[in-house]
Amino acid sequence: MHDRTIAELTEGLKSKEFSSVEIVQNYLDKINASDLNAFITITTEMAIKQAQVADERIAKGNANILTGIPYAHKDIFCTSGVRTSAGSKMLDNFIAPYDATVSYKFNQAGLVMLGKTNMDEFAMGSSNESSFYGATRNPWNKNKVPGGSSGGSAAAVAARLAPFATGTDTGGSIRQPSSLCGVTGLKPTYGCVSRYGMIAYASSLDQAGPITQTAKDAALVLNVMAGFDEKDSTSAQRDVEDYTQSLNNSIKGLTIGLPKEFFSEGLDNNVASEIMAAVKEFEVLGASVKEISLPNSKYAIPTYYVVAPCECSSNLSRMDGVRFGHRCDKPKDLEDLYLRSRTEGFGEEVKRRIMIGSYALSSGYYDAYYLKAQKTRHLISNDFKKAFKEVDVIMGPVSPTTAFDLGSFKDPVSMYLADIYTLSANLAGLPGMSIPAGFSHNMPVGLQMIGDYWSESKLLNIAHQFQQVTEHHSQIPLKEVV
Amino acid sequence: MQWETVIGLEIHAQLNTNSKIFSSASTRFGADPNSQACVVDLGLPGVLPVLNKEAVNKAIKFGLTVNAHINQRNVFDRKNYFYPDLPKGYQISQLDWPIVGKGEINITVDEDVKIIGITRAHLEEDAGKSVHDMFDNYTAVDLNRAGTPLLEIVSEPDMRSSIEAVTYAKKIHSLVRYIDICDGNMQEGSFRCDANVSIRPMGQEELGIRTELKNINSFKFLEKAINLEVQRQQDILEGGGEVLQETRLYDSVKHETRSMRSKEEANDYRYFPDPDLLPVEISDELLLEIKAQLPELPVEKKARFIKDLGLSDYDADVLTSQKALANYFEITLKDNESNTKLCVNWVMGELSALLNRNQIEIENSPVSAQDLSLLIRRIGDDTISGKIAKDIFKTMWDEKGNVDEIIKTKGLKQVTDTAVIENVVDKIIANNAAQVEQFKSGNEKILGFFVGEAMKATQGKANPRIINKIFRLKLIK
Repeated sequence: MHDRTIAELTEGLKSKEFSSVEIVQNYLDKINASDLNAFITITTEMAIKQAQVADERIAKGNANILTGIPYAHKDIFCTSGVRTSAGSKMLDNFIAPYDATVSYKFNQAGLVMLGKTNMDEFAMGSSNESSFYGATRNPWNKNKVPGGSSGGSAAAVAARLAPFATGTDTGGSIRQPSSLCGVTGLKPTYGCVSRYGMIAYASSLDQAGPITQTAKDAALVLNVMAGFDEKDSTSAQRDVEDYTQSLNNSIKGLTIGLPKEFFSEGLDNNVASEIMAAVKEFEVLGASVKEISLPNSKYAIPTYYVVAPCECSSNLSRMDGVRFGHRCDKPKDLEDLYLRSRTEGFGEEVKRRIMIGSYALSSGYYDAYYLKAQKTRHLISNDFKKAFKEVDVIMGPVSPTTAFDLGSFKDPVSMYLADIYTLSANLAGLPGMSIPAGFSHNMPVGLQMIGDYWSESKLLNIAHQFQQVTEHHSQIPLKEVV
Repeated sequence: MQWETVIGLEIHAQLNTNSKIFSSASTRFGADPNSQACVVDLGLPGVLPVLNKEAVNKAIKFGLTVNAHINQRNVFDRKNYFYPDLPKGYQISQLDWPIVGKGEINITVDEDVKIIGITRAHLEEDAGKSVHDMFDNYTAVDLNRAGTPLLEIVSEPDMRSSIEAVTYAKKIHSLVRYIDICDGNMQEGSFRCDANVSIRPMGQEELGIRTELKNINSFKFLEKAINLEVQRQQDILEGGGEVLQETRLYDSVKHETRSMRSKEEANDYRYFPDPDLLPVEISDELLLEIKAQLPELPVEKKARFIKDLGLSDYDADVLTSQKALANYFEITLKDNESNTKLCVNWVMGELSALLNRNQIEIENSPVSAQDLSLLIRRIGDDTISGKIAKDIFKTMWDEKGNVDEIIKTKGLKQVTDTAVIENVVDKIIANNAAQVEQFKSGNEKILGFFVGEAMKATQGKANPRIINKIFRLKLIK
């Protein structure tokens, strides 16, 4: 039962093949038996209760499509009454008194939360190794990282510990772990999903989205997640879309742009050939391919590593040991309270980014760093605007390599470089997806698709058509590995 | 050496919106600690600010009132610093793109009109309060005030004396209440003043080094603090020293200013645009709409009082200095249109004197404008004399009560019966032969004596105009 997609599970619930309680129990058993460390908190009792309520709703006939479907929630979304740690010691004791808008919408829809998934501390990292709770392991090879920051979510879906999971993507945090774990991940257009109650890393880049087995499932979940929220000033006031509507459209005549910058040195040869094989598949489906250039994408890494740290240095200031979160023992005075609480509560990577951001924003450096980064950000967006006049979708790799070994990156900057293909979409606010495109040495390879603003339906359509003719997305890690 | 004082003011006016600037929590003053702080005000992880449009409208209102340029695209920034009563670790404020740009207002000091430039006015959120004296060894934090909307109004360094500074501050204080954007309560901190003070040798173009004075919560203290600081700077400079650029705290009890932090210790606030808030876009339509809703402003009201009511410049200025006073005055005018001067005299005379003596705001006057209006009407229609009216006014002040009833129960109705008055006049003429002689030899002023005697004899109830007439008739005969 746990290998099924959301679409299949909803059928089973409708036909009374099984109840929500049965599904949920099944997943909970599997989570408890797993040693991937994909979850920070498992909400067993609450999940069973929610499943019972869902079963009642189904029986009474007032259920939504996803009522009774379980999911794993990234531990960055506030959940009333359940700890929200953001993978940090700082919030190890933090229980929010309110629900994030995404959590609220899922509750309303009757979805059942299985638990909260592991992640890089405050979503800062590409390997899940910066989590206070220890790294999640990649279900395809436990010595390898699942990617990050939504590594717990991607690993959980890959290992079929949950039919889907939520993720957040600031510089690739949905797409990269999805790629490394061989699942489908969608980062919507900035402003599509409310950020209210999602612990902020870099506010102008953060965007939540689903991590699923299939594009069809992603469409079903996005239907619940997306929409204007008056509590988030940056959420867009748009009409609600049905993202499943155009899944079955033909993609004949589609023009795919391949940016030459995404296939340059540094890209693993095997990854490159898997990507090109996938592109061939699209040509078979009637798409044409065009080489394009995103000349300013070379500035994506320096731009991102100024913008994101600047914003996070300010966003994380509220973690001061005064009202919630970690407080040091017996502070001598105010200065000591701040200094020790934050020194003890934050991990290395978080401190590094706070330092970078504080430096870049300080007087005398602001113009040279923050302002300059805003300008290059604009240039990067313009590259895409130009490109989308010529092509319908941009494709390339998500990550230069497949999942790397745990502990293999000693130097933070070389890890930053692995984000090279994903950062641009965040800086421009564009939607992006990762879909399973093949394997290299038994590790999954993800194909990245970047679309124009608000082209989620189009991306899901393209991905769905690909998944109709390929099997990469339905590969499951060997049971003995999981 | 002759020194010139240079002063600029930063005024923080709390906007009287129902809810906070970025959350839906109430802004009511005086509630139990932390009972009016929602998850947004508490700065919990994950929460986001949503701008209160009412605060924007009120800021625009102010801008239009001081003929300022309204920045139709303005931006909120984060001002980063750590303090326990600043929950997010940053204050949302406006740095480079404030909502209100350059404007100006006129002030009058010693009948000289002076233009004071307003550099800018920007929206920001207030911080909470740290309470240091409630628990031993602990500081308590009350976040009820956190997120209350503030309009920070920054002036140009255009003032040259503490009197000018106070006049300007009072003018702004009056304005914000006129247009109903701030309750102006200085005790509760809804209207706060910081003063930037420097001095320079008379005639020198370049500004001296300034200090910023904080913690001033009354106009009186503003004047005192500035005078104190000017003297301090003068002593330093004349002694060959140098003034340090610093923030100084005014202590009204010890009557001194003391250093709070120097320029070197000042925070680097690491301002940057708040990514949680979109730039504010103000449409032409909204500007027009707010313009149309603006009440009559003091300048306009003053001009109308002079033109339509024939008031002197001084009277019109005083009566329009506060909205409540102007309103009060306008109510007394009702049915007393032909006695405008009497209304002016009563409001600026008797009423203001008693209010001042008892330290009562006009809003809380024991005698309502309607009652005073009736009292003036009774003078106008000769029911009572002006003198009796003053006694009635005191009764109204002390015991309340209706004008007509007081007249009736105390038997204060004016005597207008000429036969009665003639009788009294005859007696006075008979008993004061010497004064009669003086009158007849051309001393017109002596008539006052006769009228006075007659008033005394009638306990002030006789109509002085009739008395006067009868005396003239009888004495000239």
